[in-house]
Amino acid sequence: MSGSIDPHAAASPADSLPAPATPRASLADQPPPTEYRAAPSHQLLEVRGLHVWFELRGGGELHAVRGVDLDLRRGERLGLVGESGCGKSTALLALMGLLPASASVAGEVILDGRDIMAQGERSIRPHRWREVAMVFQGAMNAFNPVRTIGWQIAEPLRRHRSLSRAAARARVLELLELVGIPAGRAERYPHELSGGMRQRAAIAMALACDPKLLLADEPTTALDVMVQAQVLELLVSLSEELGLALVLVSHDLPAVTQVAERVAVMYAGEVVECAFTGELFDTPRHPYTAALVAATPDLLQATPLSSIPGAPPSLRSQLQGCAFAPRCGQRMQICERHPPTLAADADGRLFACHLNGGSPHHTLPPAPGGQAAVDSGTQDTERRS
Amino acid sequence: MSEARGASRALLEVDGLAASYHLRRGVSAALARRPQSVVRAVDGVSLTVGRGEVVALVGESGSGKSSLAQTIMRAHPAQRGRIRFDGQEITTLGSAQLRPLRRRMQMIFQDPYESLDPRFRVRRTVSEPLVIHGIGDHARRAELVSEALRACGLDPPELFLDRYPHELSGGQRQRVAIAAALALEPQLLIADEPVSMLDVSVRAGVLNVLAGLRDSGLGILLITHDLAVAASFADRLYVMYLGRIVEQGPAHEVISAPSHPYTRALVSVTPRRTPRTGGAPQILAGEIPDATRVPPGCRFHPRCPVATDACRRSDPQLEPLPGPGGAAGQHLAACILAPDRRVVQQTSR
Amino acid sequence: MRISDVQSEEVLAGLPSATLAPRPLARATELLRGWSAQVMLGAAVMTLFLLVALIGPAIAPYAVHAQVGHVYASPSPSHPLGLDNGGYDVLSNLLVGARTSMIVGLCAAVVSILIGGTIGVIAGYVGGRTDGVLMRITDYFLVIPDIPLMIISAAVFGRNTRNIVVIIGLIYWTTAARLIRAQVRSLRQRVYVRRAELLGASGRRVLWTHIVPQVTPLLIANTVLMIANAIFAETYIAFLGLGNPTTPSWGAMIQSSLAGGAIFYHAWWAVLPPGIAVTVVVLAATLVGQGLEDSLNPRLRAGHLAVRRFRLRPLHGELERE
Repeated sequence: MSGSIDPHAAASPADSLPAPATPRASLADQPPPTEYRAAPSHQLLEVRGLHVWFELRGGGELHAVRGVDLDLRRGERLGLVGESGCGKSTALLALMGLLPASASVAGEVILDGRDIMAQGERSIRPHRWREVAMVFQGAMNAFNPVRTIGWQIAEPLRRHRSLSRAAARARVLELLELVGIPAGRAERYPHELSGGMRQRAAIAMALACDPKLLLADEPTTALDVMVQAQVLELLVSLSEELGLALVLVSHDLPAVTQVAERVAVMYAGEVVECAFTGELFDTPRHPYTAALVAATPDLLQATPLSSIPGAPPSLRSQLQGCAFAPRCGQRMQICERHPPTLAADADGRLFACHLNGGSPHHTLPPAPGGQAAVDSGTQDTERRS
Repeated sequence: MSEARGASRALLEVDGLAASYHLRRGVSAALARRPQSVVRAVDGVSLTVGRGEVVALVGESGSGKSSLAQTIMRAHPAQRGRIRFDGQEITTLGSAQLRPLRRRMQMIFQDPYESLDPRFRVRRTVSEPLVIHGIGDHARRAELVSEALRACGLDPPELFLDRYPHELSGGQRQRVAIAAALALEPQLLIADEPVSMLDVSVRAGVLNVLAGLRDSGLGILLITHDLAVAASFADRLYVMYLGRIVEQGPAHEVISAPSHPYTRALVSVTPRRTPRTGGAPQILAGEIPDATRVPPGCRFHPRCPVATDACRRSDPQLEPLPGPGGAAGQHLAACILAPDRRVVQQTSR
Repeated sequence: MRISDVQSEEVLAGLPSATLAPRPLARATELLRGWSAQVMLGAAVMTLFLLVALIGPAIAPYAVHAQVGHVYASPSPSHPLGLDNGGYDVLSNLLVGARTSMIVGLCAAVVSILIGGTIGVIAGYVGGRTDGVLMRITDYFLVIPDIPLMIISAAVFGRNTRNIVVIIGLIYWTTAARLIRAQVRSLRQRVYVRRAELLGASGRRVLWTHIVPQVTPLLIANTVLMIANAIFAETYIAFLGLGNPTTPSWGAMIQSSLAGGAIFYHAWWAVLPPGIAVTVVVLAATLVGQGLEDSLNPRLRAGHLAVRRFRLRPLHGELERE
């Protein structure tokens, strides 16, 4: 069920803007290897300036996602990493529109040229599970304990595609085979399957309606190394076989590298660096990325591990300057006043830091509101004009 | 008591330990007189932990590593074998005799969100062991609590003393749990997955606290499923599969020259910092079997990529390997194919 | 488990600025805020009835067992609720009878919670064979039909207030025992309880420092619910004519009026007031008890998986603010 391509797909708001004079904080604009210079139709997902706020019960609000931009081509695998509370899972849930009533969202989520966030739940609903599907962390919670696995995988088929009973059954067996579950297990109940099998079943359920984009939220966190390897390999092979684009959220940097072609690092609700997997580890540009890499134990490199001092900032209050500055070993004066923007440097590396020739804040037009307006990145400045 | 004699021996010696759980039968099973199924969680394990040594016990869930820890801590009865702590046999001690020993062997748990009483402030959590063992008066306890917190990197302690667990981050909670274990100045610390619930950014900090303790003479038994954590931190390594140790030896040797096919597979699938180096991961099919149905012969053979007929029949014991560690009796593997591993690898390709 | 829910994210994100506010106070205010109007209403009604129980005999216009007019005289200015089959003032009996109901209700609830709580805590904590034996005893009490047991007990032990309290307590402890046992068993598995045991803490210490304080809120909520049950039980014991014959109580009022032909005389005023009083106080206690239970044992809040109507927010306003 390929969603018919909207004739106006190319005319998404971001594209209709005049070519910006300033470097746009957009992943699409990085000069990547030639194969990445893809025609617009290769672009599957563009997220522009995604914000999520939560109203807190005790009053006040939490700015959990603070302007995230992401781009994804068809069939591409992107990793999204960061510490707990950095907003990576919230961003993912926002893409699916699975946020509680206490949440409010701003920004554009352009899927296949259409802004599915434009009207909130109403515009997301037709796409949810049909084009964008999600696999959650605790596979056990994703299942109804009193129904068989097969029944539960068939449910979205019956609901969204109104298949007959026999056709749904055939599709379930096909899906189970795809994720490597023996057909006989279709009649089992969730608790009768091992953790790995349940996660496979959850993936099968997500794939039921042939989505183009699979969002996976910590899909292997509760699993053992060997089972984790099995599930990650399954995700890669599915992506390759079905041309499925994948966003993998995880706090486990090494696990992400086994799957993702590109990795976006999130900190305090923002993407601070986005790079090809190899680059990210070999030459991290953002000090936070570098610190994460240095904190990750490795089998054979017996380098002493270092932790990152301090804790992420509270997202309840407005942040001044760079969110990472208080924990950063290379903090400069400018970091405390001007938040860096996510921008490509001369080598095409995309990161948000004043160091290493990044975040060319000096090229920004002087904002009418004074220095503070530099804050939210160039695309916001454009939108306001 | 036997301090002088104990000093020459290992701090913890476990010899041929076995422990099992009985599963409850359903009514129909009981009526049909089906035998109760027995989970042989730990099935003949020997290991030692020396003073100032970090020993890692690596295995998947279901390998029996947590049951082993529980049995060593005497929270679960041993079925066979012996546990000696500081030269003293503790396998059959009653709870009253164990009490003074509990002071010297402490345990920290995986989940820092669960291991602290939510109603206790940090001060009370850390001083509780002191109160239980009747150590010091009020003022002295306060001093010891501050010292322990400082040793765990919660500095200045005043900032944390009056907080409740929910006011601490995961890393801080785990540090509080370690501080509570340290307040009694134990000789042995059993750490059951101490960092697996923590963020990468704070993992290193907690591991470094433990490393500092090792340098001050504490023996640490680190139980983990993460080979990378074990490799970066442990002196010696035990790899456990289905209730047995399948390979043991100096950490760097086990990691760089794994001999048991299970260890080899584990090493190959452990994600590396650098993506996709060292060849394709060797992903074993299936999952660790249920310990009620231990396969005959070598218990790993159903999943083993190089298993032969002989593996289905004989149950291999740990044997020293050729090589530096093996020659010294340090690097052992329980695989009949292990000594001529290279030949096996060539024929299997 | 860890990161996927909003709740933990807001907690984690708020950590560095976590205040050192005394938590019990914060929790108490949160509790009060969480209390719904129904709990407040229930508590107000309960307080009113307790007050009546305290001062009822003092404000009762007539003596309880004094014939002050015709049998079944209709309500009049001097007798707002009329007279009953003995020519006694219904209002006075109602006010004085409140004391019996409240005393029996409170004491029986406390007795049942003491028995049930103790058995539940012991069974849950010790486990094994002790647990088996105690729970079989509990099951035994649970399946005994209440009313025949009450009739027999009242007949055997005599019909005074103390015996009624004990009888009700003995019948109603089972629910508390099962509830508390389940709670203690789950607490027992908590890592911090196991940690305390491995530290060498004695069973008694673990019980008193880690387990009992955790089940106390549950005990309190249960006690309040039990008050409702006990008042109701007292009423029907008295209604069956097994109550203390010397003290007035609501149940006894209904019983004697019905026996005295109140229906035949259409003397609704002799039956309805005590009936309404019982209903109202039982309802009030139930409201409070259930409200307490709900706020002390927060059930799972609706998960984030539920599709909800999150709001969209125009970005312009936000940017101006920044």
